[in-house]
Amino acid sequence: MFEVPEDRKYMESHEYATTDGDTATVGISDFAQDELGDVVFVELPQTGDEVSQDADFGVVESIKAVSDLYAPVSGTVTAVNEELFDRPELVNEDPYGDGWMLEIDVADEGEFDDLLSADEYREQTE
Amino acid sequence: MAPRKPPLSDLYADGARFTDFGGWEMPVEFDSIQTEHAAVRESVGIFDVSHMGEITVSGPDATALLQRLTSNDVQALSVGDSQYAMFTDESGTILDDTIVYRLPDEAAERYLFVPNAGHDEEAYDRFVAHRDEWDLDAAVENETDTWAMVAVQGPDAVDAVERVADADVSPFDWGDGTFTQAAGVESWVSRTGYTGEDGFEILCPTDGIEAVWEAFVENQGCTPCGLGARDTLRTEMGYLLSGQDFDPAEEPRNPFEAGVGWTVDLDTEFVGRDALAEIADAGVDEEFVGLMLRERGIARHGHEILAEGETVGHVTSGTMSPTLDEAIALGYVESDLADPGTEVSVAVRGREKRAEIVPTPFID
Repeated sequence: MFEVPEDRKYMESHEYATTDGDTATVGISDFAQDELGDVVFVELPQTGDEVSQDADFGVVESIKAVSDLYAPVSGTVTAVNEELFDRPELVNEDPYGDGWMLEIDVADEGEFDDLLSADEYREQTE
Repeated sequence: MAPRKPPLSDLYADGARFTDFGGWEMPVEFDSIQTEHAAVRESVGIFDVSHMGEITVSGPDATALLQRLTSNDVQALSVGDSQYAMFTDESGTILDDTIVYRLPDEAAERYLFVPNAGHDEEAYDRFVAHRDEWDLDAAVENETDTWAMVAVQGPDAVDAVERVADADVSPFDWGDGTFTQAAGVESWVSRTGYTGEDGFEILCPTDGIEAVWEAFVENQGCTPCGLGARDTLRTEMGYLLSGQDFDPAEEPRNPFEAGVGWTVDLDTEFVGRDALAEIADAGVDEEFVGLMLRERGIARHGHEILAEGETVGHVTSGTMSPTLDEAIALGYVESDLADPGTEVSVAVRGREKRAEIVPTPFID
């Protein structure tokens, strides 16, 4: 089974956002990394860029697939995991930890209501 | 239409991910493309390639029929030998590529050729139509549904095949084949492949393939590999993929453009020969090349190749090379830009990335 931690919320397109505080950590789910297979390339925005909920903010590529990344919430990018540029495999190895992608200063915490709970997301992937 | 399934499908259904390829539901990945790729480069892997077609041609005019429908010189084949060849149309455009095997048969001339997935029916129809038109005495059979095929590839493949097959295959040159028992199943074993490594392809009746697969996987420790690794392995070698690097509808190319002019013997008579003789004289405007990206990004099928802001070609295959950990690509560029060392760029999702034309294979 795939890990779906309770301390974050999810998009149907498999991105997650942590929900504890003003800053959300964003990445892709365990299910998504497994579907993609070996991740070999990640393209991310820069610190200071604005992202909008449901708009694409980057790209993740495995050997066999190219996928756009969609922002779970709107806000300003406060940190980018540049470690992924040299070690994209961290997305496979630890999607909820070292494989994180962005930190976003959340503009409107009400947007979390639009996301799936862990239970709802788990149902979608079963 | 439901996809065709290879006979091994049920055996590994729980351990693989599948993809549609040429109308067949095939395993794309068992464990991970990178580990499967590494197994083939460093030890030995096994691929289920039962989606490949099998067509036999036999009878007094079998050689003549094949000679007139393939680009290479079939008469040069001795029994047990094989050759790479193109099927071309009247204009010299490649329809498909194939390996032609000359089978041992005391009674008659007999050949087996292997068209790509989903091309078996059109190849069969073409052979039958031309046989009848030219009034040749040859039996043509589409045996795709009665044969299964695996490829055992890698530096340790010869040891594995020696242990599973009765025949002594170690003295074989590339392309040599023989009928022998493999895991107790009568099989055609040839030293061929699509990975750039040493290796063998084994054809046997569908009901025997499970024993062959298990002998290699369970007893010899061969790593099961999917079409994902097969694609990265062939791309590192610069090998063409039918339907992608050439395709009569989407990517019409002649063998000289596609870098396989060496499979064209203009001293033989075949469909497309006259057009290709003219092309050989005139030269080609575009050529198939290797590219390496010099900036972060991965070039993919369909991306444009640019020089000084102008479109000068396009990518037909591109991936991250597991061996090099670099983005590599294959594609067509204008001939005056085809020399290794030429600097171009590739529009990766609309953004130009610096790239360089390089020789293929990409690896040593």
